[in-house]
Amino acid sequence: MSNNPVDIMKICVTAKGSGIDAQVEERFGRAPYFVFIDEESGDAQTVQNAGAGGAGGVGIKSAQTMVDNDAKVVITGQVGGNANSALSAAGIAVYEYRAGGSVKDAVAAYRAGTLARIL
Amino acid sequence: MQIVIASGKGGTGKSTVAANLAWSRAQAAPVTLVDCDVEEPNLHLFFPGGHTDTPVTRLVPAFDSERCTRCGDCGRFCRFGAIAVLKDRVLFFPEICHSCGGCALVCPNAAITERPISLGRIEERHPLPDLRLISGVMNEGEAVGIPVIQAAKEAAAGDATVILDSSPGTACPVIETVKGSDVCVLVTEATPFGLHDLKLAAEVVSSLGVPACVVINRSCGDEDETEAFCREQGLPVFLRIPFSREIAAVQNRGGLISRDLPGWQTAFAGLYEQVVSRVEVQR
Repeated sequence: MSNNPVDIMKICVTAKGSGIDAQVEERFGRAPYFVFIDEESGDAQTVQNAGAGGAGGVGIKSAQTMVDNDAKVVITGQVGGNANSALSAAGIAVYEYRAGGSVKDAVAAYRAGTLARIL
Repeated sequence: MQIVIASGKGGTGKSTVAANLAWSRAQAAPVTLVDCDVEEPNLHLFFPGGHTDTPVTRLVPAFDSERCTRCGDCGRFCRFGAIAVLKDRVLFFPEICHSCGGCALVCPNAAITERPISLGRIEERHPLPDLRLISGVMNEGEAVGIPVIQAAKEAAAGDATVILDSSPGTACPVIETVKGSDVCVLVTEATPFGLHDLKLAAEVVSSLGVPACVVINRSCGDEDETEAFCREQGLPVFLRIPFSREIAAVQNRGGLISRDLPGWQTAFAGLYEQVVSRVEVQR
């Protein structure tokens, strides 16, 4: 569990690599990396998705990673049914990004208010 | 005597052989036929009539929200991702849970107990005085049918002659069905796919220490490769069912060739004797 105070807003972007210049991964559960960005400070922290290659239940494991890292917003391409249930129950908002850019681009688009909320 | 019918490839005629073997044997002695293809049981199509149902359940965790501290140990333990521990509650996904019971063991607060949920049912029919048909039926949407197969085999335990019809393939359900059997009848068709999957199935059955024999279905007389494989592996071919319109017509209306076509009751009774002798040779 993270020690971050809960009032800090964190955004998670699913990514193919580490850091804010990595390309966005459109799959949520099987994303190889999660990049968590602190909305106030802009600090980015990358967490490798240990369950990316798992046989099943990967969406729920990934949703657990969002909860454990205090993400309040997820930016990704698509979310499966079970992950959808878990993220909704946890009160985490999901925004869709499919423009093929970097994590930085996705966060900029989110801040500009151009992303559709899918959950 | 427990005889299992398997194939590897689907659609080779496992159920045809199982149903006819059981029907023929039931003319002479009591037989229990068990449909272990729990995802799509079909033997009852040969034997229409009423049935009795017994539920099959499996255990899943129940979470006591008073005792639970949301520590997350259960979710980290679950390799199937069936548990998500949120800040204020636990989410559980029964369709992903494999009923291993591990979450209850690792919980440091004794907040998890196990409760039964429905997984499927066992249907029982008595189409002839000496024929008992037991069908395992898994609920739609369930991921793992093994407990239904176990319950179906358990329902037949102790009966003198049991014929098990397995699912196709060579994965867990087939292994669960085959293991513990005295002998296996591998039903194949002389096509490249049929032979490919016969090889896989023969290897599985051999690994489980069950002696095997072969029935070639839809035989056209050009099965040299299949016969060569069977010779190499020491698998006797005990019966050939020809590729004929007459047989297909009986099948298509849900009939039994052993009952409806002359000569086939004797052929399947002979197959039964040969299969049983295969067990005695091995012993």
